[in-house]
Amino acid sequence: MGQIVQYITSYLSSNQTPGAAGNMFWALVYIMLVFAGLSVAVIAMNWLERKILAHMQVRLGPMRVGPHGLLQPIADAIKLLLKEDIMPAEADGLIFWVAPFVVVLAAFTTFVVVPFGPTHAITDMNIGILFMLGVSSLSVLGIVMAGWASNSHYPLIGALRSSAQMVSYEVAMGLAVVSAILMTSLNATGTGTLSMIGIVQAQQAQGEWFIFKFFPLGLIAFFIFAVAMVAETNRAPFDLAEAESELTAGFHTEYSGFRWSLFFLAEYSAMIAVSSIAVTLWLGGWLRPFPNLLNNSTWGLVFSLCPGVTFLFFAAMCFYNAARMPKHPLFRIQTIGLAGFGIALGLIGLVLFIPAVSMRIQDIFWFSAKVAGFMYLYIWYRGTFPRYRFDQLMRMGWKVLLPMGLGVLILTASVALLQQKLWHP
Amino acid sequence: MDSMLHITTLHYLVLGAALFLLGVIGVLTRRNVVIVLMSIELILNAVNLNLVAFSRMWGGLHGQVFAIFVITDAAAEAAVGLGILIAFFRNKETVNIDEVNLLKW
Amino acid sequence: MLVGGILVITRKNPVHSALALIVTLLAQASIYLMLYAPFVAGVQIILYAGGIMVLFLFVIMLVSIDRSVRERQFNSQWVVGVIAATALGGLFMIVFTKGKNIFPEHALPMVENDNTQKIATMLYGQYMFAFEIASLLLLVAIIGAVVMAKKRI
Repeated sequence: MGQIVQYITSYLSSNQTPGAAGNMFWALVYIMLVFAGLSVAVIAMNWLERKILAHMQVRLGPMRVGPHGLLQPIADAIKLLLKEDIMPAEADGLIFWVAPFVVVLAAFTTFVVVPFGPTHAITDMNIGILFMLGVSSLSVLGIVMAGWASNSHYPLIGALRSSAQMVSYEVAMGLAVVSAILMTSLNATGTGTLSMIGIVQAQQAQGEWFIFKFFPLGLIAFFIFAVAMVAETNRAPFDLAEAESELTAGFHTEYSGFRWSLFFLAEYSAMIAVSSIAVTLWLGGWLRPFPNLLNNSTWGLVFSLCPGVTFLFFAAMCFYNAARMPKHPLFRIQTIGLAGFGIALGLIGLVLFIPAVSMRIQDIFWFSAKVAGFMYLYIWYRGTFPRYRFDQLMRMGWKVLLPMGLGVLILTASVALLQQKLWHP
Repeated sequence: MDSMLHITTLHYLVLGAALFLLGVIGVLTRRNVVIVLMSIELILNAVNLNLVAFSRMWGGLHGQVFAIFVITDAAAEAAVGLGILIAFFRNKETVNIDEVNLLKW
Repeated sequence: MLVGGILVITRKNPVHSALALIVTLLAQASIYLMLYAPFVAGVQIILYAGGIMVLFLFVIMLVSIDRSVRERQFNSQWVVGVIAATALGGLFMIVFTKGKNIFPEHALPMVENDNTQKIATMLYGQYMFAFEIASLLLLVAIIGAVVMAKKRI
């Protein structure tokens, strides 16, 4: 018994990720935490997407189910679980059954290397970014399998279009990623790294986020990746393969109930995964804004108060809206519910002010805040841009983004070489 | 743990040889061209396994670099092979290898 | 991995065969990880499982399967094929049992922290010519595949 306790506590003083330290127990704990956090994030994304899209379209969105529709995702989940599970008659049983699991597995496995902090990752592979890109390309296989197994026209065409689009934009993504990795090698020894934690530490050592490096090359590389990642996850404006007015929901037409919710889960998880790649590579991962410029202790204090302040701000919004609820006896439950939610958020905010908690949460908070910014951008794109036609989509992937990516790569390499030669001969 | 056998290079070579044999059987006995091409990929994978196992044994990385080149070549060959398959299918409407007998006397 | 390989060569439906091959390739990637070759494992997942197999699945769907599933699966020379393969297997076994002693008992310890950097140094240093030739080969393969699959040149 003492040995087990010693095994568990021996990790707490190490400065490595659990995978690198070989500690299976903490690795499992981190996996559970990431899984739970991801599920909460997907549920929150569902609600946020409907509300934000509605407010962008000057309407209100779900308002009935909970206060301001907060319980809507739970109602959706219950509905999906209770729906009848249909399988088309001529469908290929095994492949039909396996396809959603392949997509979900590919989407969730990428989170093994996502760095929430310098030691807050499940493991730190030294091929981290290669692993993430490779496993997210396995989801293409799941989509092709889903479209094929449904044995009907619309899913097949939707699946082929969707997978062609994903494969095309993977190339542009890869080139943008390579030019970011190039920037990690501008240190004393001249060797870069592919590990996600190493990339953020390279940004920390070089003192600027890679999006601002060699201006405007970092920005263009980030832009290419941002466009390619939206196309990679089949989201608006590149969602021809699954739009309801075009192909009656594309490759997941024949899936109902729980299987459809698996595709939906995989889509949002893939969105979060590629956003975390973008945040890690260009936006400095878990680093707070201006880590080197404003590094005296007062600024450190200001930035360390941010997590608590954000949650208190949310709590204040809840109380304000609870006060604005109609004063009708039938609304009493909703008002009480919203006030209770506000109190819960406020308590979390107050807990985050404690210095011991705040020190540990800093990295995770900044990382999650940046990924949340990307999620908001995704919803913004969906509400703003019209849909691309499929040939325009393919044209952009191959004829516009690929040459731009190559150009950025060559220019970044040349500028980096010049910098090494001229400033550090 | 003492009863577990050491996994030496020989084990990897035997695994590679078994995969190679499966691929050879697939190439020699199947009629569907696509499955023959997939068996060729199995053969190439067996070769890669051998290369990387020997690279581990000797401690240098030459085997791994060669394995990367083999993977690249396999991609190129799969692409061209499938292109030929599509051209063949357009003419003959079948994917049976036994039907490729235009040059037979 | 062996189960995947057996499934590849025995399934009637080419889509099932392709899926078994994907399983085999992923198992191969994990064996590469056991052999301290993380970069080759990553390349295998991206290129082989994520690229070549997608190509195979596309082509399988373009080529109609319904008729071929109902046809006979194994060709008329399968006996000769199996005998030849068994002979080859016997040859392998003889080589392995005779040469069992040249393999060292304990493998050398290999560090894998800078595997990618070392491979990159070798690729761009010693094997630079092969690297360029490989890219030329890929270019030729792309053009060849496009030309072969076009309807009208």
